[in-house]
Amino acid sequence: MVNNNGNDGNDGNEDDIKVFHLNLPAKREDIAKLELGSAVYLNGIVYTAREGIYKRVLDEGMELPVDLKSLSNVNFHCSPAAAPDGDGGYNVGAVTATASFRFSKWIPRWIEKTDCRILIGKGGMPAEDYKKVLAPGGAIYLTTVGYGTGALLGRGIKRVREVHWLDDLGIAQAMWLFEVENFGPFIVESDLDGNSLFAQHAEVINEGIEKLYAGLKPPALHRYGETDNRRNEVM
Amino acid sequence: MNIPIDKVQEAALEIMRRAAIEIPPDYREGIKALQKKETGKLPRFVIHAMQDNWDAADEDRRPMCADTGLPRYYVKVGNNASVENGFVAVERALRHATAECTVTIPLRPNRVHPLWRTDHNNNVGINAPEVEWSFEPDMDWIDITTVHKGGLFGSDYRMLFPGDGIDGIKRFLLDTLIAFGKRGLACQPAIVGIGLGGSKDTCMQLGKQAACLRTVGDRNPDPKVAELELELMQLGNSIGMGAMGFVGSGMVVDCHIECGYTHTGGMPISVHTFCLSSRRSTARVHASGEIEYRTDPQWFTPYLRRETVEW
Repeated sequence: MVNNNGNDGNDGNEDDIKVFHLNLPAKREDIAKLELGSAVYLNGIVYTAREGIYKRVLDEGMELPVDLKSLSNVNFHCSPAAAPDGDGGYNVGAVTATASFRFSKWIPRWIEKTDCRILIGKGGMPAEDYKKVLAPGGAIYLTTVGYGTGALLGRGIKRVREVHWLDDLGIAQAMWLFEVENFGPFIVESDLDGNSLFAQHAEVINEGIEKLYAGLKPPALHRYGETDNRRNEVM
Repeated sequence: MNIPIDKVQEAALEIMRRAAIEIPPDYREGIKALQKKETGKLPRFVIHAMQDNWDAADEDRRPMCADTGLPRYYVKVGNNASVENGFVAVERALRHATAECTVTIPLRPNRVHPLWRTDHNNNVGINAPEVEWSFEPDMDWIDITTVHKGGLFGSDYRMLFPGDGIDGIKRFLLDTLIAFGKRGLACQPAIVGIGLGGSKDTCMQLGKQAACLRTVGDRNPDPKVAELELELMQLGNSIGMGAMGFVGSGMVVDCHIECGYTHTGGMPISVHTFCLSSRRSTARVHASGEIEYRTDPQWFTPYLRRETVEW
């Protein structure tokens, strides 16, 4: 029933959310099939990289500890709830994402250096990044669900393949390479045309905001730099 | 009779585990009720996945969310209770339990030094874990509650003024929920806790306690405050936003307000969201050493809300 890299159609339980399964490293033609708002499950190798890694590799010029180009093109903005298992391996309990937009400044160079094609995380990237950086680089963004589906994602991790810079950066910031199977669900937040699902939904919500605020006058004292425009994005 | 300190330690370890893995039943029911009314397709998908996730966490005995937050304890001491080796031993037990659970559950070691980013990989450090204390007259037990509240988003504070009135409260709530609800940064649907009054620090504390230490469906004993809780819950759910900031209708599972007498010239407010993985667990350790595990912290009691000289 489950075709790799194909659309399985409706899965029955979830209204009419489409479900895709993607083999990694992800190929461009498979990424191109993904539709905004559909669900995705991954098979292959996924790595974590966040500020600790970006700083070292991109700002300080340190060599990547592993040849990412040949292994994986999926960068998950997360850190696992993990601990050594006593046998030289690691017990990974749960994984959930951290907010991605704060990594925005590093992403153009990261994509160029690693050929990363899928970013996964929480909250997405600033909408203009999709147009200016991700889409031109052939990359998309998948958001974790909820964002707390840590146990489901933990189930999808079959093995810790490698972990790098653990001693220097700690469990939260180290680079973890996970072998994953049926890893998900994720939701497609951006596509190869640079569209953003979050931005589309925010537009609809923004239309109703004036009505909500009607009659509620601004507070007596403004805060420095405060805006009354609730249509603004958080980032 | 002295409560044995090893029982306190045992209880602390177990509530850390339960909090991380088992969603409290009142929250599960609250989400179910909200789900039935949810109008958005994507929010429904998200809530469904979260329910699957709670089940997976329970079946696998693994944390429901990897952001296991900044572990924090609320200890309520019966006035007639005494603990073997005293209350410093309790704090010590809670520190040890935090470090041990970080490895055994495992929890994510989130705690680092704010400047040097030192990470002991055990969630213990300067002023960490926090332990808040309160008292209960007549009882001889101690209640230990742990809350794993994750995240950097979803809490805010503002000094309003008396002239801003209830409309000011509504406006600030909307400001906060809209700002943090976009892209789902508040991990909604959430229990929203509102602290009203007190000094700035008390206001933040009250709001966090309102979010984390009251069960879904619980109402403030002041009928007018209770009414405001329901009104604000409805207001939050009228934004048009559901889980993850997608178009929908389910933002707030419940709204709890806690008040503290404040400066006559001000009306401070804080808003806190307790997320889709609302994690709390309580153990009552009796004088006999018997441990009773609970999901209702019973933190706010008449003693804590006393208003006059006579109580």
